[in-house]
Amino acid sequence: MKIRHLVTREILHRKLNFALSVFATLIATAALIGSVVLLRMHDARTHSILQTKEAELQVRMEKLNDDTRKSMLKLGFNLVILPRDQDLADWYADDYSTKYMPESYVDRLAESDIVSVRHILPSLQQKIRWPERKRTIILMGTRGEVPNLHLSPQKPLVQPVPEGTIILGHELHQSMGIDVGENVRLLGRNFAVTTCYPERGNKDDITAWISLKEAQELLGKEGLINAILALECLCTGNALPIIRKEVAAILPGTQVIERGSRALARAEARNQVAEEAATTLENEKRGRGNLRAERERMASILVPVILLTCALWVALMAFINVRSRREEIGILRTVGVSAKRIFFLFVWKHISIGLLGGFLGLILGSIPMLLLSNGDSAAALEDVGSFPFWLGMGALAIVGASLLAVIAGWIPALIAARQDPAEVMREE
Amino acid sequence: MIQLKKVTKRFDGPKGKVTALDEISIDMPSGELLAISGPSGCGKTTLLLAASGMLRPDSGDVRLMDGYRPYDLSPEQRSRMRADLIGFVFQQFHLIPYLTVKENIIAPSLSLSNQNPEQRARELIARFGLQERDDHLPSQLSTGERQRTALARALFNQPKIIFADEPTGNLDDENAEIVLNHLRDYTAEGGSVLLVTHNAKAADYATRTLKMKNGRLM
Repeated sequence: MKIRHLVTREILHRKLNFALSVFATLIATAALIGSVVLLRMHDARTHSILQTKEAELQVRMEKLNDDTRKSMLKLGFNLVILPRDQDLADWYADDYSTKYMPESYVDRLAESDIVSVRHILPSLQQKIRWPERKRTIILMGTRGEVPNLHLSPQKPLVQPVPEGTIILGHELHQSMGIDVGENVRLLGRNFAVTTCYPERGNKDDITAWISLKEAQELLGKEGLINAILALECLCTGNALPIIRKEVAAILPGTQVIERGSRALARAEARNQVAEEAATTLENEKRGRGNLRAERERMASILVPVILLTCALWVALMAFINVRSRREEIGILRTVGVSAKRIFFLFVWKHISIGLLGGFLGLILGSIPMLLLSNGDSAAALEDVGSFPFWLGMGALAIVGASLLAVIAGWIPALIAARQDPAEVMREE
Repeated sequence: MIQLKKVTKRFDGPKGKVTALDEISIDMPSGELLAISGPSGCGKTTLLLAASGMLRPDSGDVRLMDGYRPYDLSPEQRSRMRADLIGFVFQQFHLIPYLTVKENIIAPSLSLSNQNPEQRARELIARFGLQERDDHLPSQLSTGERQRTALARALFNQPKIIFADEPTGNLDDENAEIVLNHLRDYTAEGGSVLLVTHNAKAADYATRTLKMKNGRLM
């Protein structure tokens, strides 16, 4: 007769004791496996959430980049080319140059092979007293865009102001009650009002636009301009020094400054959005990390408590089993079965408890994962871990449960092995 | 075969030490069926356990087959010796409740690597007339069948000595006779039987009978 045969028959005889021991081992294993699986599921879910958020952020950023790119294409950077001797402090204070350069500079720039400067607008701008209306205004003489000969023709951003006509800013036409189609007199010359701008909330509201030629004549600055506005320059951030160098080579005696551009603001906004998105992502990561840490902490407290309780339960069942098998142990010892064999009889039984409890615990511990898998258990299995991971979990469940059962049953098995058969026989 | 010299055994009792065996000496050759009779509590079972190497006496010497001193052996060796040399039969049968008749008979093979336990079990089942009951549990047997099963188990390892403690105590006359006949047959084959009993009929089967009272042989 083999020990395993005796163990099997005894298990079948005392089913309840065995079932209760297996149940305790099962609970211990399920708690251990379940906690590991749930933490892994948490990791997988976190990974998935972060991936989705990163993908969303990527799409959003791509769209923002695209928008910005389009803005850049549409607006570009606005540059102002000024005479070199213009004090920039004065220019910033007055917003127009008090120094002049030849109007021919515009043509030179347009005829050059520079490609980064587009939409060239020469202007002559000066703050003057409008004697007829007793108002201080900014007079802007412009001839519209000078086409760049080396670039494909583009729709001009700014239309020229025909001679004999005037465009008035909002404050001017509003305060003086001037409407389109009326004639106004400026510095002794008559102009037909062709356009009245709506409110812009800047100095444009007190600006009057006339043709460059007429402005030069009225201001006594024939052949001179004091600024060249370059709109939608094909340059970004670090390219500005290059443009300055290029312009300086074509137009010596000038200086180039960048005007604040909407594209820049958009780029800044984009960066801010990107930063906020990154912060949101980081917060999500931190939140998930904190949740995981909390769950891990809880598991690290609960699982040992459950393991200990289950081990005590198994030990109690083992003590009861040893007690109820007192006579049987006595007779086995009497017929010559050694104490060592009696010990292994119980150890073998506890290995059986561990194997069965471990296997069932592995299944029970994996059930939450299957319940939370939304029906796709294969994907859930894969999310939690690869085949080697599950193999490891299986080994942990089986070996761990067997160890727990054997350790819990160790002392009862020793007691059984040390039982004095003579004492039992005498009692009987 | 069995030699006991001035074997004494005392137990702690509520009113001090109780002497269960008081300098018992027995010399029992091979092939003898020695019956020891006496009233309950006279120390018969203690004598049997001490003689079989199960209960170490406080003093005195015990020798079994070939001069074995069981109490000079380690517990493991003593277990081995019991498996090799000794069979036990008890009044309460002490069958393992969840094993069938055949499995109970084979149970001693846990301690010895018997070459062909199934064959040996079949022989014993046939010898004790248990063919119809070999797959029955003890609870499904009559008392006589239970004792025959216990006797078959005692003989499984072909022991040299059988220690029988009131083997007929729970049996009717017919079954008691069957068991005693088997024990006598066993001695006829060269085995020895130390039988403790208060059954007067057992004396008819014994080659020698000793009476015991208050831990002493009369």
